[in-house]
Amino acid sequence: MKEVAFFIGAIGALGGAIAVIALRNAFYSVLALIVHLISLAGLFLLLQGEFIAAAQIVVYAGAVMVLYVFVAAYVGNVDEPLWEPIPGQRFVAPLIGLALFVELAIAIVGSSLSSIESEGPTVELGFGSPSAIGKLLLERFLIAFEAASLLLLVAAVGAVVLAGRHRGGAEETTT
Amino acid sequence: MDITWFLVLSALLFATGVTGVLLRRSPLVILLCLELMLNAGNLALLAFSRSLGDQDGQVLALIVMVIAACEVVVGLGIIVAAYRRRIPLNVDDLRTLRG
Repeated sequence: MKEVAFFIGAIGALGGAIAVIALRNAFYSVLALIVHLISLAGLFLLLQGEFIAAAQIVVYAGAVMVLYVFVAAYVGNVDEPLWEPIPGQRFVAPLIGLALFVELAIAIVGSSLSSIESEGPTVELGFGSPSAIGKLLLERFLIAFEAASLLLLVAAVGAVVLAGRHRGGAEETTT
Repeated sequence: MDITWFLVLSALLFATGVTGVLLRRSPLVILLCLELMLNAGNLALLAFSRSLGDQDGQVLALIVMVIAACEVVVGLGIIVAAYRRRIPLNVDDLRTLRG
């Protein structure tokens, strides 16, 4: 049963990822990424990350992707020219990606990971539940939590400064 | 369910993201491919967290999601600003900051 769920999630995640890089229209790429993220949330559930799966759907597939959809609709489709600055980029790039995957797969399969218990230990009830994660965040990882909130504030202010409309009229012309 | 399966899937998703960054020219799609890579990392974090029976990895994955949100906000802000100033949205043309 778990295997079936894993393969459904894996097919969704991988199909979404390939669709993101293969589709010509940026808007469709964003929609494919939503499929990818929701499939990934299912895989997180299989790994007993309940809170992470919920946050993935609410924060990622919900809020962040809405931002992407708006910007993709605002900017419109960007024509990607056919000429290539690096000759043969279209063929070399997938080869580099494939080489990276082979390298990572050798590192994963060839390491002694399989000698430790591959299923993982039996965990207590409430592993990865919102209360457990929240307790960890507010006790052991309080500094990381506060730093993340500060970072979010800085990013929000930065986005407003970057994308805000210049009302002074003297718009600098940078081309 | 063997944890190795999740790690191999995570490697595959990461390699897909790298291929996308190398292949595409639109900054918007490159940001999407960065998301792919960050999420592949998150999957590996959760897989290790499960295999060790330790919840610290899940907290780390949550922080990674926060970082990804910040990166998206700033990156999309730059894209919108470039679009407003009629700068072509093509990473091969966006070379003003280079050298």
